Amino acid sequence: MSDQTPLSTNLGRLQRASFVLAAVGLGGLVLAAALSPENTEQFYRSYLMAFLYWLAPALGSLAIVMLHNMTGGAWGFAIRRQLEAAMRNVPLMALLFVPILIGGIHPLYEWSHADVVAADPILQGKALYLNRTFFTVRAIGYFCVWIFLALSIVRLSARYDRTLSVAALRKLKVVSGLGLGTYVLTMSFAAFDWGMSLEPHWFSTIYGLLFVIGQGLATLCFAVLVASRIARHEPFSRWFAKSHFHDLGNLIMAFVMLWAYVSFSQFLIIWQANLPEETPWYLHRTGHGWQTVAILLVAFHFVIPFLILLNRRTKRNMRVLATIAAAILVARYVEIFWLIAPAFQHGGGLSVHWMDIVAPLSVGALWIGAFVRNLRGRPLVSLQDGKLLGQLEEASHG
Amino acid sequence: MKKPKPQSGDSFGYLAEFPDQHKLLDAIHTCRDAGYRKMEAYTPLPVHEVWEALGHTSPLAKLVLGGGITGALVGFGMQYYASAVHYPINIGGRPFNSWPSFIVITFEMTILFAALTAVFGMLALNGLPRPHHPVFDVPEFDNASRDRFFLLVPWYDPIYDRGHVEQLFDAMHPLSLNEVFHP
Repeated sequence: MSDQTPLSTNLGRLQRASFVLAAVGLGGLVLAAALSPENTEQFYRSYLMAFLYWLAPALGSLAIVMLHNMTGGAWGFAIRRQLEAAMRNVPLMALLFVPILIGGIHPLYEWSHADVVAADPILQGKALYLNRTFFTVRAIGYFCVWIFLALSIVRLSARYDRTLSVAALRKLKVVSGLGLGTYVLTMSFAAFDWGMSLEPHWFSTIYGLLFVIGQGLATLCFAVLVASRIARHEPFSRWFAKSHFHDLGNLIMAFVMLWAYVSFSQFLIIWQANLPEETPWYLHRTGHGWQTVAILLVAFHFVIPFLILLNRRTKRNMRVLATIAAAILVARYVEIFWLIAPAFQHGGGLSVHWMDIVAPLSVGALWIGAFVRNLRGRPLVSLQDGKLLGQLEEASHG
Repeated sequence: MKKPKPQSGDSFGYLAEFPDQHKLLDAIHTCRDAGYRKMEAYTPLPVHEVWEALGHTSPLAKLVLGGGITGALVGFGMQYYASAVHYPINIGGRPFNSWPSFIVITFEMTILFAALTAVFGMLALNGLPRPHHPVFDVPEFDNASRDRFFLLVPWYDPIYDRGHVEQLFDAMHPLSLNEVFHP
């Protein structure tokens, strides 16, 4: 048992440091936001991006666990408790959305300005959907569904660990199967509401799926990073087998390809049609310096990870895989920045405000602190899981 | 040193039968330690460790990569040649080399070439289709598809020596040991 002490001490230290950093960062942001109206506006923009970025590992964990409940596979049992700890952060994300609901709708969303809508027949046509009340009701609805799913799955999984009851397992499968479809639909609409409606004239049905895939990818990368940290400690080093990292590497590669496929599909359709109401979205994002960001995204969100992950050996090397995962997690924020930030500049050039960097770091510190607290609350591996036991034996053989 | 072409009735190799995969793996390790490199194992179920223990390497991954790259070049080149060189037509004012619209076909051709290379490359590298193999003459070999594990040290191993192989296998006490002959 003495082997376990360093990991739990490290986790305790990380939790305290995270909460301190979060308090300092968020406190500083709020202070700066209160200084001037421009700062307030910028605060909400940066905060929305930070929120969307950290929503990904929480909701993505829910999705990946639901997927794993349906499909099984050794890789999922290895990272299951981390994902459960991450999806217990969904209520935290609901709490973090409250500032946007209270003060952020007006500074962020053009469709909430009565004078703009009065002069714009297109926005008048969309007013039935894009209005403050319905926006708030929908957001509350999404979070109710997500919190219900996350808590049910965590509770059922804990009950199964305790009792090994087949009924709990069957219920877990039913909730997961229905939940997976519900998640994709609700997250698509959430992406339409929170991201796409920033430019309310523009529309793309693929946009929601981009967020869904991004969340899955972010979750897998996050899980690889956490697993590679935990695997440095005894006795966990024996419980993570090379084959788990191989499977996770394959999944990351699949998600990277899916992201490229879906992103390109949206681009190709708009490029082919060449319609005046659709093309400005891409014109804003491929000019005035933004083309650099777009090229970086193609390179670091697709080409480089794809080429490295093609090789079998890199997927089985924990350190290489963790490095790629970290790089993709950075690229994930760049993508959110590329999707969201140009909306506020109305065709202006690329510029990065200090809040665009500090906000995701501060929200991230809070998120990580809560995640570590969740992680410490339960054993990192479920010994009762029969399938896992078989996997442990396999791991100790090879 | 190249071996002389075998005649009918020459030794093809020694085939040993084992009751489980652990005994088979032990045998593979013993033979590799003795210097044999070209062994073949036959198991009734897939055993991942066997592939690693045998030390087999396959050039298939590189072939498939090459197939994929060829497919991408052919796919893109075909469209580029047709629309920009051979018969350029102005469609909706778009450039002749409208690469975004070429990507879909390029992607499909990449997958098609890579998949065909994988299937036919696998068959060629395995020497398939092959209706008959000398080990089929051993009566016990039927059990390879039921519950027994076999290891063959073939004549084309660089250090193949009948007496030494037989001695090595005898010491492992296999369920059965047969010499296989060229038909």
